[in-house]
Amino acid sequence: MGEALLMYLKVFIVGGLICMIGQIIIVRTKFTTARILVLFLMIGAVLGGFNIYGYLVEFAGAGATIPITGFGNALARGAILGGLTDGFFGALAGGLLSVSLGISVSIGLSYCVALLSHSKTKKE
Amino acid sequence: MTNTERNEKYLAYVEKKSPKASWVKSLLHAFLVGGAICVFGQMIGDILKNIFPLMDINMVSAWSSASVIFITVITTGFGVFDKLARFAGAGTVIPITGFANSIASCAIEFKQEGLIFGLGAKMFYVAGPVIVNGVTYSMIVGLIYLLISIL
Amino acid sequence: MSKKIGSQTYKLNNNVVIIGNAATVGSKEGAGPLKKYFKYIESDDLMGETSFEKAERKMMELTIERALKSCGLTEKKLDLLIGGDLLNQLVTINYSARDLSVPFLGIYGACSTMSESLAIGSMLLDGGYGDYIACVTGSHFSTAERQYRNPLEFGNQRQTYSQWTVTGMGCSILSNQGNGPHITKVTMGKVTDWGVKDIANMGAAMAPAAMSTLTAFFKDTKTRPEDYDLIISGDLGKLGSDILKDLMQKEKYPLGQNYVDCGHMIYSNEQKAFQGGSGAGCSASVFNSYIITKIKEGVFKKVLFMATGALMNTTLNQQGESIPAIAHLVMVER
Repeated sequence: MGEALLMYLKVFIVGGLICMIGQIIIVRTKFTTARILVLFLMIGAVLGGFNIYGYLVEFAGAGATIPITGFGNALARGAILGGLTDGFFGALAGGLLSVSLGISVSIGLSYCVALLSHSKTKKE
Repeated sequence: MTNTERNEKYLAYVEKKSPKASWVKSLLHAFLVGGAICVFGQMIGDILKNIFPLMDINMVSAWSSASVIFITVITTGFGVFDKLARFAGAGTVIPITGFANSIASCAIEFKQEGLIFGLGAKMFYVAGPVIVNGVTYSMIVGLIYLLISIL
Repeated sequence: MSKKIGSQTYKLNNNVVIIGNAATVGSKEGAGPLKKYFKYIESDDLMGETSFEKAERKMMELTIERALKSCGLTEKKLDLLIGGDLLNQLVTINYSARDLSVPFLGIYGACSTMSESLAIGSMLLDGGYGDYIACVTGSHFSTAERQYRNPLEFGNQRQTYSQWTVTGMGCSILSNQGNGPHITKVTMGKVTDWGVKDIANMGAAMAPAAMSTLTAFFKDTKTRPEDYDLIISGDLGKLGSDILKDLMQKEKYPLGQNYVDCGHMIYSNEQKAFQGGSGAGCSASVFNSYIITKIKEGVFKKVLFMATGALMNTTLNQQGESIPAIAHLVMVER
């Protein structure tokens, strides 16, 4: 029980810290959301490429995989492992394959939701 | 003074004069919401591991991300996600919620221009660079490792 | 004999009168500090239409109708409709003009369109080119966000130096006969760009243009800020108007209590619009309600109305270009 609680604490703190660093960048620079997304993605991807991000994932679970850095890491690891198991195909396709569930869900569900809803007027 | 010098001085002056967000509070909001979203993802993962003890670890994290994406898209459709985002700032941008919301909000917004040229074409208006850069980099890294392992 | 005085200003010799006017605003504006001056407040931002673009068009059409009604004119008597909006290819006004059988000139001055249209309209009347001219412009928050910034459901945090695009329309009917506030002088602005690239900080981008036009006016007319009851800028917002005051101080034409900004006035602090309102509809709706009312009441006898526009293009901004701006000024007297 105590172990589970400790894990959740690590998830919360690491996830929160990564977001807090993002917030510092939002407040202190003129970076748009798109830029920040790409920046954090690439940080995760590069750390994944050098096999470093995996240690954070082991330590903090979803605290490391849910942030977009985790997405980048998954892309990098997918390509590396894909290359080892499926040669050329795996090296080129492995990255996209590993994040394909997230992308498919994003696309398919957004399509359905968009058909049923429309933008709401904003008050503030 | 040349125009360039004048502009530089003006921009420095504007930077000083522009009000800054109340720093500390926004950092706290980002920390709390971001942490909570990750905890939620962890919970989903743990539930899945309980039901399917033999599930591959990458599959578990893929499904927990997918669950977070699911909720993001639905709440964007109901017009409530952006309210949380105003409060949380990076707390909703950095987790996979930011990526998902950008796709959903673009799809909803540009549906008016039709399903093909609007919704279809502009869905990745914000998220496009993420996929383009991520996939390209992964291919490069994959190839490098492959070549190293062959040699 | 030239009517030009100084470098950029024109003195109108003949009677140019604002005989009719109307302003329509959305619910946020209608809940703000100026609500008692807004005769027409629309509670539904969609105006019962299927898109915000159609709603914006309907709002503009209704405002032109209301302005004509206020002086008992029909569209048939109009010699010219002149105006613009913020959307690409001026779709709002083009499609509104489609349903009116009036000769039409579309202009783009971004948020400076109200004073630009008043300037051109009054110069044409002064030159004897027609008897009745309608000047109209406006904006809509949802269509502007869509075109210039992000989808409405997009989850981003607004920067504290940003402004809120006003959902509002304003229309003035000008004539060379009749009663009403007079337009007596016009200053055409020059495009000014001091290097601001941040599309969220329009106030800073536009303040130098406002300074340029204002100082040109004072130099051309050999007058000073104190000589006027009210100097009002379009949508510099709180930050932008503070910057303008600093810039004017440096030019030795300090602005006092008689200087206000439409963007700063239209929303209260509680409405979370940060630096205030922006958009062509900001100056248009405030001018065609609050300002004209106060001039008719005799509270303001000599007013300098200067709408400011950021001539921004998102593509060029993404290519690293800065934001040029412009400001046009009309002097309105009782």
